[in-house]
Amino acid sequence: MSFLVQALIYLAAAVVCVPVAKRLGMGSVLGYLLAGMLIGPFVMGFIGQEGEDIMHFAEFGVVMMLFLIGLELEPSQFWKMRKSIVGMGSIQLVLTSLLVFALMIFLGLSWQMALAVSLAFAMSSTAIVLQTIKEKGLAQSTAGQSSFSVLLFQDIMVIPILAILPLLAAKGLSQNSEIQSSLIGHFPGWLQGLSYFGAVALIYLAGRYLFVPVLRIVAKTGLREMFTASSLLLVVSVALLMQSIGLSPALGTFLAGVVLANSEYKHELESDLEPFKGLLLGLFFIGVGASINFELIGSKPLLIGGLVMGVMSIKFIVLFITGKIFRVTSDQNLLFAFALSQVGEFAFVLLSFTNKLSILSREWMDILMAVTAITMTITPLLLLLNERYIDPRFGVKVNPSEQEADAIGEKHPVIIAGFGHFGSTIGRFLRANGIESTILDHDSDRVQVLRKMGFKVYYGDATRLDLLKAAGAESAKILIAAIDTPSANQELIATVQKHFPELQIMARAKNRVYAYDLIDMGVKNIYRESLHTSVKLAVDVLVKLGYRNYTATRQGQKFISYDEETLLEMAEHRHDMQQYVIKARETFKLQEELLKKELYPDKGGVDHSWDSEQLREVYAKKK
Amino acid sequence: MANKVLIIFAHPRYENSINNSHILKTIRNIPGVKLHDLYEAYPDFNVDIEQEKKLLSDHNIIIWQHPFYWYSCPPLLKQWIDLVLEFGWAYGPGGNALQGKIVFNSITSGGPRTAYSREGHNRFTVRELLSPFDQTAVLCKMIYLPPFAIHGTHRLSAEEISGYAETYKSLILKLVNDDYNIEEMKNFAYINDWIENLKN
Repeated sequence: MSFLVQALIYLAAAVVCVPVAKRLGMGSVLGYLLAGMLIGPFVMGFIGQEGEDIMHFAEFGVVMMLFLIGLELEPSQFWKMRKSIVGMGSIQLVLTSLLVFALMIFLGLSWQMALAVSLAFAMSSTAIVLQTIKEKGLAQSTAGQSSFSVLLFQDIMVIPILAILPLLAAKGLSQNSEIQSSLIGHFPGWLQGLSYFGAVALIYLAGRYLFVPVLRIVAKTGLREMFTASSLLLVVSVALLMQSIGLSPALGTFLAGVVLANSEYKHELESDLEPFKGLLLGLFFIGVGASINFELIGSKPLLIGGLVMGVMSIKFIVLFITGKIFRVTSDQNLLFAFALSQVGEFAFVLLSFTNKLSILSREWMDILMAVTAITMTITPLLLLLNERYIDPRFGVKVNPSEQEADAIGEKHPVIIAGFGHFGSTIGRFLRANGIESTILDHDSDRVQVLRKMGFKVYYGDATRLDLLKAAGAESAKILIAAIDTPSANQELIATVQKHFPELQIMARAKNRVYAYDLIDMGVKNIYRESLHTSVKLAVDVLVKLGYRNYTATRQGQKFISYDEETLLEMAEHRHDMQQYVIKARETFKLQEELLKKELYPDKGGVDHSWDSEQLREVYAKKK
Repeated sequence: MANKVLIIFAHPRYENSINNSHILKTIRNIPGVKLHDLYEAYPDFNVDIEQEKKLLSDHNIIIWQHPFYWYSCPPLLKQWIDLVLEFGWAYGPGGNALQGKIVFNSITSGGPRTAYSREGHNRFTVRELLSPFDQTAVLCKMIYLPPFAIHGTHRLSAEEISGYAETYKSLILKLVNDDYNIEEMKNFAYINDWIENLKN
């Protein structure tokens, strides 16, 4: 089959299935998985065995995702999470492996096989979990952070697991050439360890002192595609470096991301790689869907069904206990345990690896691979079930209860979506002025606290139409879009624009770049998070340096209004990188000149009524 | 007995005002004189009423010092008057907090003194134009004195400015040292004239 035909099939399947899945509230992951099943060998048969090759290629999407996650995680934040990474991670891994090991022994596998399988099954799917959590905007919640910790620990543990597995091989298979494919495989152990450290140090140093300067040069060329190319080059080279010494490429790119998290190019890197990551991950999910062997499942439905149930229950219970130990509240814990209850993509790698080591028979490998794929497919469904039916019953209720809501469901004129630091400040201010608002938030911990404080809070994903309706979007006057995650915020705005055109939108924008997106969407009231605060700080700097407070304050006010004007002007040009840079230079120069005139009015400013310079000149002539 | 003098100073562009900076420099460090710079303290016009009331209570001579913009004071001083001189505190029943305190305007004006007369192009005298302040003071049971005025600020020479500064300084010193007679001062159009008269 030609490349174009293949591309056509994959893209068409994705374009058809994902929006439908999204529409039905199932999330994009499930859409991709369904698309994969549909075009796979057992339904329509458009793609056959090459599915596996595609998956190897698509695993690169996971690598990229880890890079992007690293970018968003600053080193200090990473350091803060060390306890939960090691603590939760080790408890989950050890307990799950032990229980799965017992299950496998019970099924009559040899202890070597059982151990290999238990280690493979302890892993969860980074791709599915993080993608889903991100899509729901839950990355900052306790469940999101806990999931991330456990997944990161698993990624790290892959290294020792890959090292241990050959020891389980019955005969002298450790000489097997395929296993020794890494460049340093023949080195003595201590040297290998040293190489690992060397590679990590290399990533750190190169990220700091080589890559950022290179990006600076590339950025100067003004060619956007060069920037994209360098971003890809970075990820590919780090992945290759890690692979060549037998470390996980995902872990390496994650580290590279953390190193670059503080660089000035963070946002450009993010926006350049985001689409690649999305498509590759999509491809990966399609691959998983296509790899499900329905024939095999049909021939052994009881064994495979039982294994799926057994493994997922074990994983769920262990995760739930882990969450309890670390005092994750029940809603967050339910989400956390359901989210990670599948067997991850890494099991594919580990299982085929153990098969090559002759630890695992071909037959068992196929069965276990099918189990893995099924658990991955079920996860989005389970999360959906949890969100709609299980969590509302046991955890925080979606709607505020009677005594929490106002008398006879009085409708509030203002809806605040997202009640983090940004939204809560707005809410408190409005409340202090006698304006009650309805709040939508998806962090159950926060929702509980807010309800105790007497706020009317709806718990759930604010982008959901039914939730918006329940919160009174049809009768409210103003909706404040204050969700932390810009993509979720934009999704909410799009939904509101479509279904509640009468509702005025006042939107939070993380920065200038996101403000442009909102302008494109036709939002009129845009509030950049950092603008007023940073101008205020700059004004205070002027004051500390001896400027008059009032003059500095006026300059600040004018700067803000110039900047708002510029934002609108620049929004038109921003899609053309070169145009944008030229326009930006012009505008900022003009802005500076205007402000200078205010400050040195002898060159002709706006406030000259207050200055007697002109009058002086006129009178001097008279004299 | 030493008096305590509070100068409520309002100038939106003080950094460009040669006259005001010169004049304030000579009196800034006199003990018993408090210079309160409104535009520096409240750049956002958010006047702290309680703080201002306390300042007023702690002093017995108040000077409103400001450029004579459009025959009146800059807007922040008006804001200050509107907010601080509260009903029931500064005026009205029980509003006796300012009773007996002395108050007057100290202004800088671009036009010459002759312009502020029936024949001049400003048609009214400075005293007449300041009558809203006069009445404000009277309503608050304060003693309102004639203004200290610096005219023709656009074409003052350095010596002239120094002259004004010296006159202002001796006025402030007399006020602090309780060396004045209110009835006598009231006879002059400007308080400057009273000082000049004493010298002669």
